Amino acid sequence: MDPIDRQIITATQAGLPLVKQPYQALAQQLNISAEDLMQRLTTMQNNGIIRRIAAIPNHYKLGYKHNGMTVWDICDDQIDRLGELVGQLDFVSHCYHRPRHLPDWPYNFFAMVHSKTEAGAALQQQKIADLLGEHCHSNDILYSTKILKKTGLRIKKNVSS
Amino acid sequence: MDKIDRSIINTLQEGFPICDSPYQQVALTLNITEDDLLHRLECLLETGILSRFGPLFHAEQMGGALSLAAVKVPEEDFDSIAEKINSLPEVAHNYARNHSLNMWFVLATETLEQQQASIQTIENLTGLTVYNMPKIKEYFVGLKLEA
Repeated sequence: MDPIDRQIITATQAGLPLVKQPYQALAQQLNISAEDLMQRLTTMQNNGIIRRIAAIPNHYKLGYKHNGMTVWDICDDQIDRLGELVGQLDFVSHCYHRPRHLPDWPYNFFAMVHSKTEAGAALQQQKIADLLGEHCHSNDILYSTKILKKTGLRIKKNVSS
Repeated sequence: MDKIDRSIINTLQEGFPICDSPYQQVALTLNITEDDLLHRLECLLETGILSRFGPLFHAEQMGGALSLAAVKVPEEDFDSIAEKINSLPEVAHNYARNHSLNMWFVLATETLEQQQASIQTIENLTGLTVYNMPKIKEYFVGLKLEA
């Protein structure tokens, strides 16, 4: 990443321009050619700096009011295999291996699930449990009861490369 | 929100092309005009049905550090602790959750050292133990919610 890549990140944090030729508009704003901009976006997408260019819906407004953080205590030697499997379920939006904090927090695997009904979320939790079988010792589901703070991830201009 | 809006939301969650006239390309596949697509996208963003449309960045790939952390807050101190934790600019999100670990926040810093320093600051400010849970491995990130 060079300074121009960083400028591109800053300029698109709020989103892509809603004009017929958004990349041309952006390029003009950054004083580079549209070809250069598109090449850089493609490169950043290929190397994973950009996950994808896409729309992010507000869960609640689409009716997904039951967004649960399911947490699981999975055998360490099985977690990578099972993590990949859970990640393929179509109702899981994110899943990660994270550290336990024994004895209070025995869970080392997190999977976010999304449903329009509470019963639906419980069913999703059950489907994950079925997949994990005997390799899972215990699990829980945590719901957010209040948003205390939500800012976009502010990507700083001086991110070290 | 009508059927066309729903198909726009579903299609654009998957991705968006990098080319001279990307909206036109997407409009063609949806069988609507480019103007209609742009207008509807504007409305979906204005009404907050879409929270964002654009490149989604991978913080760690850019050299930043992210972590999820939690604290056990006594109920009577909840608001004042939330205020203290939220006062740190590196706290990007903070949620109340129904568990004895009842406050969960995301720390976004440029380096791991800064993450450690933030955790120390929060422990000093609140007198609580921070349960830091940075990811060890990511299996899947991506969201496709059927509209």
